[in-house]
Amino acid sequence: MSRGDSSTPLGKVRGLGAARSGGGHWLDERIGSVALILLSVWLLASLLMLPALDQKTLFEWLHSPLGAVPMALFVILSFVHGLEGMKVIVDDYVHDEGNRVACHILLLFAAIGGAAFALFALARIAFGVPA
Amino acid sequence: MLVSILHRVTGGALTVAGMALLCWWLIAIAAGPEAYATFSAVATSPLGLLVLIGLSWAFFQHSFSGLRHLVMDIGAGFELKTNKSMAIATIGASLIATAALWGYILGVSR
Repeated sequence: MSRGDSSTPLGKVRGLGAARSGGGHWLDERIGSVALILLSVWLLASLLMLPALDQKTLFEWLHSPLGAVPMALFVILSFVHGLEGMKVIVDDYVHDEGNRVACHILLLFAAIGGAAFALFALARIAFGVPA
Repeated sequence: MLVSILHRVTGGALTVAGMALLCWWLIAIAAGPEAYATFSAVATSPLGLLVLIGLSWAFFQHSFSGLRHLVMDIGAGFELKTNKSMAIATIGASLIATAALWGYILGVSR
């Protein structure tokens, strides 16, 4: 799906902002935000509706496809959203270009590492055998 | 101004503390009943509850403030009065939602 050129007329005239690029990226962020709100409502409602919050109940919930799949999406989208948000903060407060790029790389490593850990744990639950 | 700063602060807290907690929680569920008992003991300690309540408020504040940004992204709500009311409404809504959530949780567990 092509969304066309989403840079604004003012942006074209004045050039690039603090992030250096990204009209389409701006739109992706908003779409991700809406998805994350929906998944957050799902997560909160699920936790409140579970009969108990012990390990066995939670394992069985995340073992089922209707628990594991939305949770995987929640993990991925929240790490992406968190990474993008932290990058915006860095862009605004870290003015040295070298430091800015270094911060972005550190944030990327942290986000990928955290998401990998969470997804690995989720995979163990989803494909594992309840104790 | 305040709501804009809150959006950043709550976003940062949710990313750093929220994601760490999410990882620990999932790893504890995967590891088994004993590991989960450790997580559960820390989470339901007074300090743990304070962090959870704080994170739930951060979540509500960031979500309502985020919805406000989505409204402004479509070009609406820039009139001074409307804009200010919406900003204040996010604070009221997040406090009410947090109180309602924990009133319900602590009421049910009693």
